[in-house]
Amino acid sequence: MGRPMTTPVPELINARPVPRPSTWVWAAVVLLLVAMFIHGLLTNPNYRWDIVGQYLFDPRIVAGVGWTLLLTVGSMVIGIVLAVLMAIMRQGTNPVLRGVSTVYIWFFRGTPIYTQLVFWGLLSVLYPRLSLGIPFGPEFVSFETTVVFNAAIAALLGLGLNEGAYLAEIVRGGLNSVDRGQTEAATALGMKRSTTLWRIVIPQAMRVIVPPTGNETISMLKTTSLVLAVPFTLELTFVTNALGNQKFLPVPLLIVAAIYYLVITSILMVGQHYVEAYYGRGFDDAGASRGATKGMSRRQQAILAAGTVRTNPNLDVTP
Amino acid sequence: MTAMVEISAVHKFFGDLHVLRGVDLEVERGEVCVILGPSGSGKSTLLRCINELERISAGRIVVDGELMGLREVTRGTTTELHRRSDKDIARQRSRIGMVFQRFNLFPHMTTLDNVMEAPRKVRGWDKARARTKAEELLTMVGLSDRMEHYPAQLSGGQQQRVAIARALAMEPDLMLFDEPTSALDPELVGEVLAVMKQLADSGMTMLVVTHEVGFAREVADQVVFMDEGLVVERGTAAEVIGNPQQSRTRDFFAKVL
Ligand SMILES: Nc1ncnc2c1ncn2[C@@H]1O[C@H](COP(=O)(O)OP(=O)(O)OP(=O)(O)O)[C@@H](O)[C@H]1O
Ligand SMILES: [Mg+2]
Repeated sequence: MGRPMTTPVPELINARPVPRPSTWVWAAVVLLLVAMFIHGLLTNPNYRWDIVGQYLFDPRIVAGVGWTLLLTVGSMVIGIVLAVLMAIMRQGTNPVLRGVSTVYIWFFRGTPIYTQLVFWGLLSVLYPRLSLGIPFGPEFVSFETTVVFNAAIAALLGLGLNEGAYLAEIVRGGLNSVDRGQTEAATALGMKRSTTLWRIVIPQAMRVIVPPTGNETISMLKTTSLVLAVPFTLELTFVTNALGNQKFLPVPLLIVAAIYYLVITSILMVGQHYVEAYYGRGFDDAGASRGATKGMSRRQQAILAAGTVRTNPNLDVTP
Repeated sequence: MTAMVEISAVHKFFGDLHVLRGVDLEVERGEVCVILGPSGSGKSTLLRCINELERISAGRIVVDGELMGLREVTRGTTTELHRRSDKDIARQRSRIGMVFQRFNLFPHMTTLDNVMEAPRKVRGWDKARARTKAEELLTMVGLSDRMEHYPAQLSGGQQQRVAIARALAMEPDLMLFDEPTSALDPELVGEVLAVMKQLADSGMTMLVVTHEVGFAREVADQVVFMDEGLVVERGTAAEVIGNPQQSRTRDFFAKVL
């Protein structure tokens, strides 16, 4: 009655920011250092950029990149499957399986990956024939170890088994981060343990599990270079080192390898950025209400806002 | 017919802590039993023992004629107790609905999916049947316009009503409520109590732990006062709340009312 229906929009604050001259001083210093570095990099003849260009798309090196990617993806898949199995076994009621997973994690985290890879490579020497059967009784199947455990399989298994132990701890942390009330509600409805786990707990734990797994993948990309311990000789680091030594030009070939690792890491990091945004990493419960949820699905926003999952900032584990 | 719930001489220890110290209680079919008592008196523990979220240390709990968590096996002249399998216990739990103080809705599922989940995964209902049931129940609790919302988008009172619908979707014979309104803002308590009253009127057997004395007066057929792990006094609301016989009961209501 007499009052306007709409509130007038006030004049929005548009104040000058506090001047921060140090920003510009630092920018100048960093720019200078970077320019010096790049100048040195390009003009120093020891880097042999002509050789770098010549070998960048060498078919042997491109194949090495392929093998490196295959080892990374393959070992992460093995690792994730093992990790979920081990984490579930460790929480379960069966004391034998609990023991198995505890010992597995203890052993594979407790010994160097290099040693493990050497061992997998030596398997066919230690056990020339592998057979399945009853101890001291009849054998059902038996095969030559070298046929099944060739270097590629040994490398994949070695990396995957080791990674599984680290990821198992990440998965376990994720499962533990989900509020106990969730399990109780599901149990009270008459759900089996496995249903509760797969339908109720794991979908919420993903928020805690997935981001560090992305980190582990990037780390694995570089860990694959250790498979020379098997020895597996087709991946990027080995191939570039071999070529470099052969031509007495180690430096340009190291640069070639570094370029590929950087490019792949960059691609993985872009993927990781989206995955982390999707799961709302680093946002607390209040983050959801502040609208810091761009890129998250409605479902992930709902989990975040419900606050049923504790995020543990110490969960990133890298071997 | 036997009573729906028969609890006899139930004890519960947490380590050395003797939380339930010989509880006896009977709840008839269709009866609403309200449990009152001070904090730490073992009310939640008793409810959790009824649906086997906790294992009792001694005594017997019989629901709908079935011994909870245990089986009596007769061997010749002796009767042995055997633990029931996980599967059997899950079956027993699925006959009992439970509503928690903190709702415990599944945050990654919509309201509708929260209610449909257990009928589908536990009872094996097909999607259409579970959905029909869920829609019917959500309408009953007054949330037919919130089916596609996630729990985080609902008020506490709405979340608790979804939780009640979720428990009812399993078509339980018995409903347990553990302080269903204690986590709610005062203005939201009424809507949840109204749903519970409606449920009581429909003939559901209910065991309710609450501090809402008004609800006890209005709805309860039986009021039980617990203190220090024992049932101190039981009777109608008029008897226990209106005219308590024990001094502990009188002291409690003197403070609460
Ligand atoms: N899992 C547990 N382990 C150890 N002690 C427990 C456990 N659960 C409950 N207790 C103890 O048992 C006693 C009874 O707890 P209970 O939760 O049953 O009380 P209550 O009557 O529900 O109290 P309130 O009104 O505060 O909810 C308390 O002393 C509590 O600390
Ligand atoms: Mg309680």
